[in-house]
Amino acid sequence: MDYFAVVLLEILYMIAFLALTSAGLAVVFGMMRVINLAHGEFVMVGGYTTIACYRAGIDLWFAMLVVAPLVVGVLGLIIERLVIRHLYGRMIDTMLATWGLSLLIVGLVTLIFGNSAVSVQAPISSYEIGQYQMGGYNLFIIAVAALLMIVLWLVMRFTRLGLVARGAMQNRDVAASLGYNPGRIYMWTFTVGAALSGLAGGVLAPLTGLLPSVGSSYIAKAFITVITGGAAIITGTLSSSLLFGTVNQIVSFASMPVVGEIAMLTLAIILLRLMPQGITGRFFKNSA
Amino acid sequence: MSVSRRQFLGSLSSVALGSMLPVADSLAQGAPIKVGSVLDNSGNLDIYGKPMVMATTLAVEEINAAGGLLGRKLQPIQYDTQSDIALYTKFAQQLVRQDKVDVVHGGITSASREAIRQTFTRANTLYFYNVLYEGGVCDRNIVVTGTTPAQAVEPIMDVAMKQWGKKVYILAADYNYGQITAKWIAHYAKERGGSVAKTDFFALDVSDFGSTIAKIQQEKPSFVISALVGGAHMSFYRQWAASGMNKKIPLASTTFGVGNEHLALSPAEGDGILIAGNYSQESTDAANKDFLARWSKRFNDTKIVHEIAVSQYQGIMLWAECVRKAGSLKREDMLKAIESGVSIVGPGGTVTIDPKTHHAALDIKVMEVKNQKLTVKSTVKQRPPLDTARYCDLQKNPKENKQFEVNV
Repeated sequence: MDYFAVVLLEILYMIAFLALTSAGLAVVFGMMRVINLAHGEFVMVGGYTTIACYRAGIDLWFAMLVVAPLVVGVLGLIIERLVIRHLYGRMIDTMLATWGLSLLIVGLVTLIFGNSAVSVQAPISSYEIGQYQMGGYNLFIIAVAALLMIVLWLVMRFTRLGLVARGAMQNRDVAASLGYNPGRIYMWTFTVGAALSGLAGGVLAPLTGLLPSVGSSYIAKAFITVITGGAAIITGTLSSSLLFGTVNQIVSFASMPVVGEIAMLTLAIILLRLMPQGITGRFFKNSA
Repeated sequence: MSVSRRQFLGSLSSVALGSMLPVADSLAQGAPIKVGSVLDNSGNLDIYGKPMVMATTLAVEEINAAGGLLGRKLQPIQYDTQSDIALYTKFAQQLVRQDKVDVVHGGITSASREAIRQTFTRANTLYFYNVLYEGGVCDRNIVVTGTTPAQAVEPIMDVAMKQWGKKVYILAADYNYGQITAKWIAHYAKERGGSVAKTDFFALDVSDFGSTIAKIQQEKPSFVISALVGGAHMSFYRQWAASGMNKKIPLASTTFGVGNEHLALSPAEGDGILIAGNYSQESTDAANKDFLARWSKRFNDTKIVHEIAVSQYQGIMLWAECVRKAGSLKREDMLKAIESGVSIVGPGGTVTIDPKTHHAALDIKVMEVKNQKLTVKSTVKQRPPLDTARYCDLQKNPKENKQFEVNV
């Protein structure tokens, strides 16, 4: 029974991890059809920002929940203005440009922080389920991911901002003819996407050692989650994280983590073969 | 006035030649001995490579300050392979064909070593590989001065099983180093009447260990031993501490500390981890204290000195001792010297070349992480490279040239 609860919590954590790390990419891909290959580096910069702030004496919670998203958001804004906006509608070029950016960011971070692992201690202590010790911080990650999804959904569904965003997503020309500047909308979308990545990096920093090259381990999982999820931001991300997180962890528990990852990737291949437009390209078509 | 390309190149080379003249003057006794090195001074692996490059510089400068070898100065020729395997092959060719070096010290990962080993063997250029690795290389042209799994695993299993009990849970990186080390751990555990609860392997980019930590608690081993490698695997130690397990089940490791991992974990997270290796900065040996003093005089910061930097330093000193003993750089004389049981005392203790395997017998320290330092608990003197010795006898088969897959 205890063991069952432990497995369940680990599954929830994996789902939360996938949803958090892919939310930023999903917003940008869903709204703008831009595949940001520097996404992993945005997450990494969020982590480094958190650690730098913490070392400078800033409260850890404030650093990860406020400073990290802000800093990475501004970074995203600058990159959008300088690079991305010139490349809208040119998917391959954007991928190439953002990939170059990712290399640049890795280089810069290495110059500043060096190439050895840095980390902070998890600020929540552990708790017990029966005879099992569990990391209390994982619960916090699950809460953040859940909250993020709810807020995103509320904004998209019930605010004017969300309405405009969804409008521009479905048909940019109509949105433009109604007086909304698509360029503006894209700019803010990219900024928000970057800020979400920064948030993910910030809250995950205490769980993983950070290295400048760590971004590549996020991008792969985030990428398959988003592509399998399809164009709808929230339903897409949620459904694919749910599926992948559950499969990955159950297989990991039954055999070992490597096989868990293999199972997850195999599932992604099968799903994309059956549904090239992603899960939300087939089901929940009109969801946000 | 116009300058043709030819004139320009001509004047350029004369400038270059001119600037080299003073150097040549100071080496008037004879041409310098060329010491080649190929190491990753940048890129992913530079946590390992940078201190090794510094160790090379220090060793060569010290030998020169003491008058060089055979009355000749050493000339270091170092190439930065930028953590790129393709550059290893390229620079290895360059060292052999263009620079015509007398010896090469270098290579970090086993992949990089295997990429360049044959180039040196074919060219009869002596090659020293100074990094801990999975064992099994059998080639008369190479000398290996780092530890192999059998050397470090038995001492740590001795201490851990006496201290904590007989049931072992093994975590290891999923490539040849981790797999072979895991075999040795299981071998020594069984030899001491213990049992292996479970062995889990992890791809190098796995950074979530939640399911594993739960499984470990289900198995309730006496202790966990890790042969995890690299940046992503660091998160195991963090998540282990975050779940409070570091207070409940003790942890030992054969790899922790090699890339200075103990500096990245806080004392609360890292304290108590048991490790085994050739080197600790905390060692009170005179040779080590003296070495650290010289290092700090040359580079200021000793914080980055780690086991394989020391290994590189010891490798060069060992080679220098062979040159002195051989009295020449001729291949036959050098091989004779190498196979004479030559020995030096380095910062990590006594290092002796085993004539049969061309690997080194080393002093292994069992250490405990305490307040971000590696405190030495006990030392086992002169552990022979037992794993490689099972397969490799270069005295009997001097023509052998392969890497045996060690199996126990």
